[in-house]
Amino acid sequence: MSDLMSFSEIDGSGAVLVAAQRRVAMVTLKAELSKPTRAAIKKALGTPVPATRKIANGVVWMAPDELLIMVPEGSTPQKVIDRLTAEIKAPMLAVDVSDARAVFSLKGNKAREVLAKGAPVDLSPEAFTLGDFRRTRLGQIAVAFWLEADDEITLVCFASLKQFMFGWLVNAAQKGSLPAYL
Amino acid sequence: MSFRLPNLGHLIDRDTPVTFTFNGKPVQGFKGDTLASALMAADHRMLGRSFKYHRPRGLVACGSEEPNALMNMGEGARFEPNQRATTTEVFNGLTARSQNHWPSLAFDVGAVNNRLSRFFPAGFYYKTFMKPAWAWKHLFEPIIRKSAGLGQVPTERDADRYEYFYAYTDILITGGGVAGLEAALEAGRSGAKVLLLEQSPHFGGRFMVDDVEVNGRDGPDHIAHLLAEIATLPNVTLRNRCQGAGVFDHGYALGYERLTDHAPANTPRHRLWRIRAKRIITATGALERTLNFAGNDIPGVMLASAVRDYARLYGVAAGARTVIVTNNDDAYRTALTLHAAGLEVPAIIDARPQGGGALAEQARAQGIRIESGKGVARVNGKTRVKSVEICQQSGAGGAVETIACDCVAISGGFSPVVHLWSHCGGKLNWDGANAMFVPDPSRPPTDQNGEGFVIPTGSAFGALTTEACLQSATAAARQAADEVGRSLPEEAAPRKVRTADEAPMAPVWQMPAQAPYRLRSKTWLDFQNDVKVSDVQLAAREGYESVEHTKRYTTLGMATDQGKLSNINGLAVLAGALDADIPKVGTTTFRPPYTPISLGAIAGEAAGPLFKPTRKTAIDGWHESHGAIFESVADWRRAYAYIQAGETTQDAITREILATRGSVGLFDASTLGKIIVKGPDAGRFLDLIYTNMMSTLKPGKCRYGLMCNENGFLMDDGVVARLSDDSFLCHTTTGGSDRIHAHMEEWLQTEWWDLQVFTANLTEQFTQIVVAGPNARKVLEGLGGVDVSRETLPFMGFTEGKLGGIQARIFRISFSGELSYEVAVPASQGLLMWNLLLQAGADHGIAPYGTEALHVMRGEKGFVVVGDESDGTVTPQDLGMSWAVSKKKEDFIGKRGMQRSFLTAEGRKQLVGLRTLSDTEKLPESAHAVEGGKAIGHVTSTYFSPTLGHPIAMALIHGGRARMGEVLDFPVGGKVHKARVVDPVFYDKKGAQQDV
Repeated sequence: MSDLMSFSEIDGSGAVLVAAQRRVAMVTLKAELSKPTRAAIKKALGTPVPATRKIANGVVWMAPDELLIMVPEGSTPQKVIDRLTAEIKAPMLAVDVSDARAVFSLKGNKAREVLAKGAPVDLSPEAFTLGDFRRTRLGQIAVAFWLEADDEITLVCFASLKQFMFGWLVNAAQKGSLPAYL
Repeated sequence: MSFRLPNLGHLIDRDTPVTFTFNGKPVQGFKGDTLASALMAADHRMLGRSFKYHRPRGLVACGSEEPNALMNMGEGARFEPNQRATTTEVFNGLTARSQNHWPSLAFDVGAVNNRLSRFFPAGFYYKTFMKPAWAWKHLFEPIIRKSAGLGQVPTERDADRYEYFYAYTDILITGGGVAGLEAALEAGRSGAKVLLLEQSPHFGGRFMVDDVEVNGRDGPDHIAHLLAEIATLPNVTLRNRCQGAGVFDHGYALGYERLTDHAPANTPRHRLWRIRAKRIITATGALERTLNFAGNDIPGVMLASAVRDYARLYGVAAGARTVIVTNNDDAYRTALTLHAAGLEVPAIIDARPQGGGALAEQARAQGIRIESGKGVARVNGKTRVKSVEICQQSGAGGAVETIACDCVAISGGFSPVVHLWSHCGGKLNWDGANAMFVPDPSRPPTDQNGEGFVIPTGSAFGALTTEACLQSATAAARQAADEVGRSLPEEAAPRKVRTADEAPMAPVWQMPAQAPYRLRSKTWLDFQNDVKVSDVQLAAREGYESVEHTKRYTTLGMATDQGKLSNINGLAVLAGALDADIPKVGTTTFRPPYTPISLGAIAGEAAGPLFKPTRKTAIDGWHESHGAIFESVADWRRAYAYIQAGETTQDAITREILATRGSVGLFDASTLGKIIVKGPDAGRFLDLIYTNMMSTLKPGKCRYGLMCNENGFLMDDGVVARLSDDSFLCHTTTGGSDRIHAHMEEWLQTEWWDLQVFTANLTEQFTQIVVAGPNARKVLEGLGGVDVSRETLPFMGFTEGKLGGIQARIFRISFSGELSYEVAVPASQGLLMWNLLLQAGADHGIAPYGTEALHVMRGEKGFVVVGDESDGTVTPQDLGMSWAVSKKKEDFIGKRGMQRSFLTAEGRKQLVGLRTLSDTEKLPESAHAVEGGKAIGHVTSTYFSPTLGHPIAMALIHGGRARMGEVLDFPVGGKVHKARVVDPVFYDKKGAQQDV
């Protein structure tokens, strides 16, 4: 599934570019995020556990007992899992979920408005900023997203919905359909 | 007649004519016209027929409260019924048709109902369509259905697009009249984020019509001033053509934005704003009420404020001679407006004995005749007003004079629009002086913090004078800003308002006060649903004392306008008939949306290809390009069968089965749920989740397991593989993957939080491919890299390794009854593995098979499918699977449930096989077995087995296992199918085929 899907629409007020990204490697970690475990995670990943609903250095807070780790360039999911396994002494689960996900990139200063058509999230620049992360839904689809930059959003959904998600995004980003609210 | 005035009308652009059609004939209006104003300018008086009596009806109002002028709008895929002419902006090419008449608007057969109206009183349906019972279905209902409704039903799929938008704001203001704008400006100055919605294209409300002076500016000037001030505040957003349609719990509100109704385009037509606000200010204004006199529904009888609106906003005279009838001072403004426009106002009929205040003086000074203490006995005319008969208001309708006129402008006082305040539970008080319900600020709707979150303002809060209105707007804004945590600037000096003082209004619920039945039975309350004063009085006599009951009995307020004009009049009449106070009778419930909103807006983008998410496996594209027909299983689409050239579907299924049983088949099983369960307590946890024992499973081995809910009913099944001491991989059904994962998490998080167990749903991480058939091993050996021999990888074992160079986990499990491997690889390698297996199997004639072949083969083996053999009321014991229910375990979900007497009783439905007596006759799906006139069970699965050459079926039959050998009757559609009860395992009972 390395086929590239992309779409761009130039609106009077800004550009929206929707593109399916190539595979992004990621690992799900489930563990009780106790103090020693947090320290172990920091040691394994080189970055602390982010705060609730935050993403930092490619590590995402997903739930009180769950993190999502974007595998850094030059590493592999297995290496990340091995490091976590070596450091964390408490029971935990670390698995490769790279192939379970489809990743999209939305670029342009109206990308927020495209998402606001389907996600019940305050996406205004004041409320949703760099480092924020949401697990929510887009229309009828479970998604997660965060900002790469002020005008670039990364969106993750299940791989089986890649085509549907792309169709949804293209529809939402169509020219002349953005409400200019955010 | 109605016509265009030469100079008034600041909303229209006389330089830009617009042409549209009404009932097929071209009509010209101007840019800025509504359909209503343009039709009125062209003297189209009668715009439709009423619902029940098919009476001629014309415009009553100028806004969204209009009950009569509903149109069939547009054509074909853009056709939509019941659109209000008053809220439709004209554009070139618009097509509108009037409703509820046949064959034409002018000559309508249904109008006979009007002559027979005394036979159709309130409750007519309930009283008439009682007997005989058969007539309801065959006679009454078809007739009622045919005559019900106003507009036509669209016949084509909607061509337009719709969408949602989720918006967040500190303060939402509904209504862009002067109160809303003043509130927006004041709240905006606090720095709070403010969103204001106005349903019409224009801001300003009544300030654009009425003579007022604020700080030396006239109404339109003041609105322009406010808009300019607001434009400097980046934190305030104004949206026109966007109605605040509903208020819900937790500060949630709906906005209904009509984007292209006024200028069709290929962009979304409506946008549904789903708004979360900390505070909501309702500045929704007030609606003028009608007056109740005979013939008040004849085209040409209109609300006085609407007559004024049409003149001032659109430059349209509703009539050349307009009689004003009122119980308050506001209608005098209409008289003065018309008089100033050079139109005749032969008389103002004021029901108040003492008459009006300063405005009345002005009118008198202009030489307009005023008749105080008078009322209208009746209006004469059929399709348009010809004259009014004047009488003493206190009398019984003896006419003292008949005045010729072509328009009657009426005002029965004002009702604040309390809908949005009330949607979420805001309470009302009765203001006797102004005869209106007003929001009680001490009983607001409350939010998640128990705080009031809706703040009424302006005339929506009963502030009917300009001064009070502006003061209340500022107060509302300051309250809202304070409550959302904004610091407030110094309060500015109140605006200097100059407007005429008004004399008190006097409630008038019947005109004349002593009107006899003859008049009351021609006095309309609800124009759209044809409910008269006499109907409400009849309902009261028949014991309908509750206003909610009366509403349903008479249909008062149940039409598409939800009684915007009729509710208060109706309940006042009811109160009168019951001799009760109006507040004691109360109002009916105000429910969102404020006006009907399009179904398209509610559906949003979820139409056509975006209607429902479709999940596709990594191999889906291959299936599609190889003749697959698909079926939906949960959100997935799965290949049902692969149709080759010249094949029927049945041919394909037969071919796929025979190829698999004869050599080898290939199946995409990726949709099956795969949940990993890991932790020191994983075994304990699975012992609780499954009915059978999982903790004893050895690493490297698989076990089939059942899951029940707490009631002891089967909810899912699948194979569990023990990956290591502390981790298991649980396969679920396709439909169960998300549900079972949630089920596990729920138990872990709420009940067994002390267990050290973590779960992850890896369904989509892996592609899983079944290779089944006597030659399956050869195919895998052809790929090489993993020892899949019987010795190394026995039945119900699994192994891992690089199969054909791809990291794979290979399970020896079988749902077909054949030698079978399930190969799981990372989904990104799924299509590659599929193609490698096809290549490796080419010499063996490997055949991809679909879900139907899978089902037939499992049916031959007597394997159950959750959802076919089970339906939420079936236990493992019913299915003959007691072997999979542990008797040793202390507890598991469903254990206690299974012990209940009903589930252990004799005679429960049990799973059996069925063999039809004829080898060519397949049992119909879901056919019921009947014995002695009683249904004793039903078919759960039925197939033709190409392997065996005859039909097979499974069924749940009362006491089935004791009935082996019995022949049962399955009557379907006049034919009785006969089948013998047999063992459900038709093929290879010993399991020799799968364990080789």
